[in-house]
Amino acid sequence: MIALTNKSKPVDRKPMTFIEKLYLWNIFKGMMITLTHIFKKKATISYPEQKREFAPVFRGLQVLNRDEEGRERCTACGLCAVACPAEAITMEAAERQKGEEHLYREEKYAAKYEINMLRCIFCGLCEEACPKDAIYLSETFAPSNYNRKGFIYGKDDLLIPDPNTDPEGYAKARGEKVDKLKGQ
Amino acid sequence: MIVLQIDWPFLIEKASLISAVIGVSLLIAMYETYAERKIAAVMQDRRGPNRAGPFGILQPLADGLKLFFKEEIIPNASNKFLFIAGPGLAMLTAMMTSAVIPWGGTVELFGREVSLQIADINIGILYIFGVVSMGVYGIMIGGWASNNKFSLLAAIRGASQMISYELAMGLSLIALLMVTGSLKMSVIVGQQIDQWWNIVYQPLGFLIFIVCAFAECNRTPFDLPEAENELNFGYHQEYSSMKLGFYLFAEYINMFISSAVMATLFFGGYDIPFVTDANLSPGWAAILQPAVLLAKIAFFIFLFMWVRWTIPRFRYDQLMNLGWKTLIPLALFNMLATAVLILLKQEYNWNF
Repeated sequence: MIALTNKSKPVDRKPMTFIEKLYLWNIFKGMMITLTHIFKKKATISYPEQKREFAPVFRGLQVLNRDEEGRERCTACGLCAVACPAEAITMEAAERQKGEEHLYREEKYAAKYEINMLRCIFCGLCEEACPKDAIYLSETFAPSNYNRKGFIYGKDDLLIPDPNTDPEGYAKARGEKVDKLKGQ
Repeated sequence: MIVLQIDWPFLIEKASLISAVIGVSLLIAMYETYAERKIAAVMQDRRGPNRAGPFGILQPLADGLKLFFKEEIIPNASNKFLFIAGPGLAMLTAMMTSAVIPWGGTVELFGREVSLQIADINIGILYIFGVVSMGVYGIMIGGWASNNKFSLLAAIRGASQMISYELAMGLSLIALLMVTGSLKMSVIVGQQIDQWWNIVYQPLGFLIFIVCAFAECNRTPFDLPEAENELNFGYHQEYSSMKLGFYLFAEYINMFISSAVMATLFFGGYDIPFVTDANLSPGWAAILQPAVLLAKIAFFIFLFMWVRWTIPRFRYDQLMNLGWKTLIPLALFNMLATAVLILLKQEYNWNF
């Protein structure tokens, strides 16, 4: 076989020399290698105390966004559900009634919005498909759960806190990702 | 009835010494498991146990508790008596060797001269040999009584390995005995305090001895009896709960004791290097000498672990080749060379 790259090295089948047959010298060399590893920097991150920095393009748990006045942006157009390759998103639309203008931004809104986190592959296509900037992927990941039902996230799990009544929760859920990406 | 008079202070002294040595061995074995995991971790660029207590120093306690709470399973087809006797024997033989090791010089306590050695018998090394040879029973009986093919294979491997390496170990020690001229442990240490350490006279003997000690303790590269990837843990595969704990503990105690034997025979025992021990005040000597011995032991234990996390396991034929075709001829040669040199020194007054 002709080698296409020079990555593969032929196996050395020379008989062992006297020093190699003694084993001891090579064992000593190996022990020196392990000794230097004692003083090397550890790659471990002690998780609960220390968290790994996410990349700016990290795609985590979905968030349903609100506008500056705290109104839901989603209009239940269904583009995210169509874009979703894993078919994780389902929704039911409803018409906005008189007096609900402070809750929903447009005339139509999502009465029910569910993402099955067991199906979701966190590809971010829903975020790209959304014309209203209503859904985006945050910097957290889905927490573990004991049963499968717990992984079907409804609106109350996904909706971002109201920026007017709960600015702290809003900022936390929003994360720094949006600002980071805007800054670039 | 003077013949039957019991020397109570003597009995109390020995009993307290025995319990102290057993307690220290168990404590050290506990922290050896911690050290093993920690050293493995740092050599593989990891952190190791660091959750239980500061730096994870309570980890051995947690492990021990876990072992106690585990379900104890005795296989139906096993021989129950031998199955239970196996780990006990392993533990017993591991502990018994410590009886003849001098842990320090003599101490004045309550007007008595207390020697920090449980039994200063005049055949100390022979006793060690006898007990170490018994160590194979723990493995053999445990593996055989489990009624499991893998355990039996491991037991056979362990038995043949330990018997093969005992020969070379004994031959290497015969050369040492020619130099010291005594089987008594206290005399051997005493000579090393007055003169050079035995490692100077017997470097080759020490090399053979340490290789054989690795094999006797079933440590990597000679851990064939418990080869995880070929025999599913070998002779203690069927064991659970504290019986498994006893086997693991016995291994660590063996390591501690063989380190102690190596330090005693070749590295001056409780001799404090670069200090004339006789010049120390008795109180200081009583504290420092065991501490120095423990430091030497700690170094050897570290060496055991260092080697374990450096080199892979021998193949079975390589193991037998090394034992029978390399170490035994080498030990014989060492014995002969030592004998020739001693004769030259005695007969012709050669000085070297």
